[in-house]
Amino acid sequence: MSRARKPLVLEELGAWLLGLLWVIPLLFAVWAAVHPPEFAARFDPTAPLTLDNFAMAWERAPFPRYFLNTFLLVTLILAGQFIVCTLAAYAFARVRFPGADIVFALVLIQLMITPDVLIVENYRSMAKLGLLDTITGMGLPYVASAFGVFLLRQAFKQVPRELDDAAQIEGASTLGILWRVYVPVARPIYVAYGLVSVSFHWNNFLWPLIVTNSVEKRPLTVGLALFGAAETGVDWSTICAATLISVAPLLIAFLLFQRQFVQSFIRVGIK
Amino acid sequence: MIGTRSRHWVEGWLLVLPALVLLVAFTHWPVIASLIDSLNSTPRRGAAPNFVGLENYQRLVADPVFAKVMWNNAVFAFGTIPTSVVLALLMAVWVNSAIRGRAALRLAYFTPTILPMIAAANIWLFFYTPDYGLLDQITGLFGFGRTNWLGNPDTVLWCIVVMTVWKEAGFFMIFYLAALQAIPPDLTEAASLDGTSRWYFFRRVTLPLIMPTTLFVLVNAVINSFKLVDHIVVMTKGGPDNASSLILYYIYETAFSFWDTAYASALTMVLLVVLALLALVQFGVLERRIHYR
Repeated sequence: MSRARKPLVLEELGAWLLGLLWVIPLLFAVWAAVHPPEFAARFDPTAPLTLDNFAMAWERAPFPRYFLNTFLLVTLILAGQFIVCTLAAYAFARVRFPGADIVFALVLIQLMITPDVLIVENYRSMAKLGLLDTITGMGLPYVASAFGVFLLRQAFKQVPRELDDAAQIEGASTLGILWRVYVPVARPIYVAYGLVSVSFHWNNFLWPLIVTNSVEKRPLTVGLALFGAAETGVDWSTICAATLISVAPLLIAFLLFQRQFVQSFIRVGIK
Repeated sequence: MIGTRSRHWVEGWLLVLPALVLLVAFTHWPVIASLIDSLNSTPRRGAAPNFVGLENYQRLVADPVFAKVMWNNAVFAFGTIPTSVVLALLMAVWVNSAIRGRAALRLAYFTPTILPMIAAANIWLFFYTPDYGLLDQITGLFGFGRTNWLGNPDTVLWCIVVMTVWKEAGFFMIFYLAALQAIPPDLTEAASLDGTSRWYFFRRVTLPLIMPTTLFVLVNAVINSFKLVDHIVVMTKGGPDNASSLILYYIYETAFSFWDTAYASALTMVLLVVLALLALVQFGVLERRIHYR
């Protein structure tokens, strides 16, 4: 890294002020969550600490179920994306077949028109397929990811053709070559794409909200939104506790692997 | 080698088949189906839909709520994008400098990005609560009275804008950070030897060099402003009086609260056209400009 320049004192103050502004909402949520409800908005340093809000939140909603559902959803999508996108990316990168350009163009359309905006028709399709209120229904529209195909195709193109040919002469099958030559080379891309995909789907809300209608299938985000709905009359301290419970796993993972997260977002974003 | 061509033929298609089937089912077909449904009436009580031509679109043109949500979307985009892009660049410049506590700062700026929008919305909802919320407590210190920030049509959209800027700026920051770190150090050194002022250097060297990033970030920000409505569901449900409703939220409401799927399809078509136009801008104009590097 180059010798970074020294900022002016004024800049430093600005940077810190902005940083403070940026963490206030989070600190505030933590404050409300660890103090009794009457101190939720009263910043008295002598206020007693408590974990009651977490206990209350945990009791009021089936968080273990929500966690399990989110975990299943994220896993299903990621596994599906890895398989489906790997196969397609390899075909686009290395196999010459008629119609490849047209199919690739069809794939790229999804970069812009993602399932997020096609909620009306996809809901109808899921109803017809009998997949409403299932984890599969929540995940399926996202499995064939144009983004994943595109990234992996770029990565696969870097692989020297000689490796490919050598393996072929040794009699390896296409899938064998893909598995033993291409996938290992693209490992960093899988990690980066995986992190971004997991973060996205852990946090995704609108489509899961539309597709699910039972507690048994709801992911965390939907559970959390219903938990906090004004009609329920739950107090803020409990809502903040519930919010922190929901974000904890991803936030902790992020704090532990900060660099990998940031690198992944950059790597997947700029390509 | 006999048969290599046809082997490739079959192999290629077999490999793309799973992706293609899923894409057709959940992206291409829904687009076509939206078009078809938008030209028909909403099926009610078992009655089959019938062809109504452009009726849904005529209704759309005359619908004040549609005009309102399109306007809101424009305000939302213009409110969030320039602010978050400028803030993101500022953050990146600071975090890229030898500032004290820069790891902590980077963390502070980036953390909102990792949170689900729903969690952020929950926290900010409390912020904006009248009397009790943090914002009213702060303005109260300056002698202002109770303000129902989210209940007032004049302030509600701006409240959403502020929260979105908070949520997104850190995300854009990391792209700027990557771009800044890619600037060759010799350039900076040469400039400092020359005695070039920092502002001049920033304007004439840094800014043009990070232009591709700016375009990338801008396009992403615009797309996001049309695709993300999670916070609307939690914070305002589009209210009061549609003052904070955005196009995708209106689609959601029309389809899943009023069950008027034909009209929701017509609205979807409008959104798709907007996204398609953005795609043209991205792949056409911008790509040509970016490729100098």
